[in-house]
Amino acid sequence: MKFTLNGVAADVAAHPMSRLLDVLREDLGLTGTKEGCGEGECGACTVLVDGEPVCSCLIPVAQVSGAEILTIEGLRGEHPLQRLFMSEVGAQCGICTPGMILTALSLGPAPSLDEIRTTLAGNLCRCTGYPAIYRAVMKWREEEGRAGGHGGGRQGGAA
Amino acid sequence: MRTAISSLDLRRPASLEEALGILRDEPRTPLAGATDLYVALNFGTLEPKRFLDLWPLDELREISARGDTLVLGALVTFTALIRSPLVAARLPMLVEAAALVGGRQIQNRGTLGGNIANASPAGDSLPVLAAADAVLVLRSADAERRVPITGFYTGYRKTVLRPDELIVAVEVPRIAGRQYFRKVGTRAAQAISKVVFAGVGGAAPRLAFGSIAPVVIRARATERALAAGAGIEEAVRILEGEIAPIDDLRSSAAYRRRVAGNLLRRFSRA
Repeated sequence: MKFTLNGVAADVAAHPMSRLLDVLREDLGLTGTKEGCGEGECGACTVLVDGEPVCSCLIPVAQVSGAEILTIEGLRGEHPLQRLFMSEVGAQCGICTPGMILTALSLGPAPSLDEIRTTLAGNLCRCTGYPAIYRAVMKWREEEGRAGGHGGGRQGGAA
Repeated sequence: MRTAISSLDLRRPASLEEALGILRDEPRTPLAGATDLYVALNFGTLEPKRFLDLWPLDELREISARGDTLVLGALVTFTALIRSPLVAARLPMLVEAAALVGGRQIQNRGTLGGNIANASPAGDSLPVLAAADAVLVLRSADAERRVPITGFYTGYRKTVLRPDELIVAVEVPRIAGRQYFRKVGTRAAQAISKVVFAGVGGAAPRLAFGSIAPVVIRARATERALAAGAGIEEAVRILEGEIAPIDDLRSSAAYRRRVAGNLLRRFSRA
């Protein structure tokens, strides 16, 4: 199974119906992607496939053949949104954080608070720290706007 | 406990023709966005062992207009519905429904054909398709037939789809009346509906409800009464007699009956 993982070519020998989540965590050793509910409710296992957030616990790895996958490791701890999750206390226990950040990367430029809430609706924070999470995302988009960034954020830090 | 992956078998056809050929020769469970099937896998309740992956079949991702008919390929995702200007123009209530299916993660993978085939009474797109008088295009290696969505379901999670057939498209005739959609769940996003309603206004209104019967239903008696000039309170009384919701973990029958009536009132005022 060949795909691009965090900008690097990957080739894994896995059962085609293996969950993408298990291939990432067990075959590739990338444990930043978390397992939560197993039913598409919590978003802890979110990764980006071709720039779009998906639940990696609900995807057979065969379906990402040839795709570009971004996991939290691909941001290398250097992404501005990661820094803001720390400074704004958007991360508490941390289980939801990788999924929250990856889903937030799919936001368009200058999102309203309502758009942020809607986009992140599929990511649950059991510490209930939503205001701090929204604040971190809002500040990130404001900083990007001021810097005249190219908006998408999808590629942010992954290159 | 999770289903053992090693017990499963997946075929990945490169074309619809190849997929239908495989189904002619052996029964396999179609798999698209996997957002329902992999929940079953994660909970160890997945019964089928042999699967057919439809996800690579781009020919089923078409959104187009053929004259007055809107044609939606079975693999169109909820995200594709939300982003389509054509669907927004022709069938805005389907865009509203798509935006309330799970979170973005589910919308990105879940497909219209999958929502139909999964046959959950709570499927968010189903009342929209029923109110729109949508027709399903079912194809096998040898034949193609068209079945109205209202004739597709025969009972709880049961459909007329044969093992050698795939849902390939949904055809939606042009709608003249105003369109209305409302899903009532526990929270605004990411909820399975307690009651889901779609309506088309006009001289002969069309009313469809989900989550209040084993299958999506059209409230035909209520429609006839409204078309004959019944007032809204009379129509609500007829509706309450026409539906038979159940108590389950998401809601009670009494609540559902009350909400169904309230949705009809809101629709009549909208």
